[in-house]
Amino acid sequence: MTDPLLSLRNLRKRFGGLAVTDDVSLDVAPGEIHAVIGPNGAGKTTLINEISGVLRVDGGRIEFGGRDITGLSMPRRARLGLARSFQITSVVPAFTALENTALAVQAGAGSSFRFFRPAALERRLNEPALAALDQVGLAGRAHTPAGAMSHGEKRQLELAIALATQPRLLLLDEPLAGAGPEETERLIGILRGLKSRYAILLVEHDMQAVFALADRISVLVYGRVIATGEPDAIRGNAEVRAAYLGEDDIPLAGAA
Amino acid sequence: MATLRAEAPAILLLLALAAAPFVGFGEGYMLTLLARAMILAMAAVSLSLLVGGAGLVSMGHAAMLGFGAYAVVILDDARVTEIAVVLPVAIAAAAGFALVTGAVAIRTSGVHFIMITLAFGQMAFFTASSLAGYGGDDGYTLYSRTEIGGARLLEDRLAFHFVCVGALAGTWLLCRLLLASRFGRVLRAAKGNPLRAQALGFDPYPYRLVAYVIAGAIGGASGFLFANATEFVAPAYFSWQRSGELLFMVILGGVAGLHGALIGALGFVLLEEWLSHQWEHWRIVFGVLLILAVLFLPNGLAGIPGQIAKAARR
Ligand SMILES: Nc1ncnc2c1ncn2[C@@H]1O[C@H](COP(=O)(O)OP(=O)(O)OP(=O)(O)O)[C@@H](O)[C@H]1O
Ligand SMILES: [Mg+2]
Repeated sequence: MTDPLLSLRNLRKRFGGLAVTDDVSLDVAPGEIHAVIGPNGAGKTTLINEISGVLRVDGGRIEFGGRDITGLSMPRRARLGLARSFQITSVVPAFTALENTALAVQAGAGSSFRFFRPAALERRLNEPALAALDQVGLAGRAHTPAGAMSHGEKRQLELAIALATQPRLLLLDEPLAGAGPEETERLIGILRGLKSRYAILLVEHDMQAVFALADRISVLVYGRVIATGEPDAIRGNAEVRAAYLGEDDIPLAGAA
Repeated sequence: MATLRAEAPAILLLLALAAAPFVGFGEGYMLTLLARAMILAMAAVSLSLLVGGAGLVSMGHAAMLGFGAYAVVILDDARVTEIAVVLPVAIAAAAGFALVTGAVAIRTSGVHFIMITLAFGQMAFFTASSLAGYGGDDGYTLYSRTEIGGARLLEDRLAFHFVCVGALAGTWLLCRLLLASRFGRVLRAAKGNPLRAQALGFDPYPYRLVAYVIAGAIGGASGFLFANATEFVAPAYFSWQRSGELLFMVILGGVAGLHGALIGALGFVLLEEWLSHQWEHWRIVFGVLLILAVLFLPNGLAGIPGQIAKAARR
């Protein structure tokens, strides 16, 4: 087994009396899709915030590419190759889809302390940006302001932005949330296409998607990882069924 | 094409200013007024770079003019009047002040940023008031305008007019380029969605600080011109009220583009001048007009054509 790209060791975080991350340890291997599932309020978004650097942990260690990044700022982590999408769409509303994506390319394309050349005319930024938009099916909407896009399109844009940074690890927080059936199909197709090219930590409620995409699944309940394993093992795990998939088998039946 | 159309208002306005002396606005009084308007417009455009471009609402921008103007005063007192010395010193003084105060202020945001820039501006104002050697509160009258290679070129009203047009055009062009560059894109992104910018790896702080220093440097240059235009410098010119006026020009004109600041500053100065000749209590009318403008022109004066087009479509 290769060394993990991302490795979380005994992460802890409390909000007041509430333990939202409770001794969480998990790994993401290069090229792996590791899904994190769990009921609402389990602490999934909090975990992504801790990994991307939005939130500080109270204890534990985060290693990325063998390097301890626990104390690094969000921009520093991003520059090491950690990209994320947000559960609640987070784009620059006044920018077009192209400019949002080109900004992401710019992050990895040399210094941004360049003052005179119009960035909008830089092919070095626009071409990879258009490629990323094309990848998510938004090429035709490149010149639409992000603020004027539909919810589903914003979800796609969110993904294009993450891809355009050419990250080593993608942290995706419910990329399918709020997308219609057609968009969901498209997004699942895109994610499948990314598989093995990127390591992905995928938080998602759509069980059909999770079981179709994930190499491994971790189940988070009240901030604790109660099980980690391959999809089949998780599907058959009694504790998981009791704690999370309890009342009926809808998620596992694949109807989402 | 689309970009050219977006720049048209600013370019037309600058051309009109250049042509003004030849189409009936050439007498001394009018040139003095226009010079004042253009110099303040320069400061307003640099402030618009901060407000509209970076989301930094500074209430201390007049202090930048103050540093530029007092550099002229202090050098004048030492009989240094050569532009090759005076202008760089004026710009460096304001940029230095912007660097030192900006390094602290930019760590804050929102209302705190407004308050801290206001406080720094007032510190500069009180310092100027206490400079007894330079007239203290009463101000200081220059011995002469700044010279260019020993020549008293700036004394010539028409020449000074074109210096102001050139400085304003240069300011606008510089800020325009900055906003469109990679640097400006990061600045605008950090204004529109700081979390997204950070998640992409951009720490907004150094970008904002550089913008603050550039705006300060331009403010210093306009302070240099201001001192030369009036041949008199007093601390009162650089009080928080003047900072507020500059901010008002920017908002009145509209922050969506730099030409808003141009329109706002020229409109503000000319309206102020005209009203003050109509009625001694003109400030009341002025205040009411400004309030109406804010209420009914969400995108400022520069946004009026867009509002009309929208209304016509309905
Ligand atoms: N900033 C905060 N301060 C206090 N409590 C918080 C904060 N952010 C989240 N919480 C709480 O922490 C818990 C975990 O929240 P989190 O958003 O991580 O859950 P989640 O697993 O992403 O849920 P969902 O599936 O609904 O997105 C919730 O109980 C939430 O109310
Ligand atoms: Mg969540």
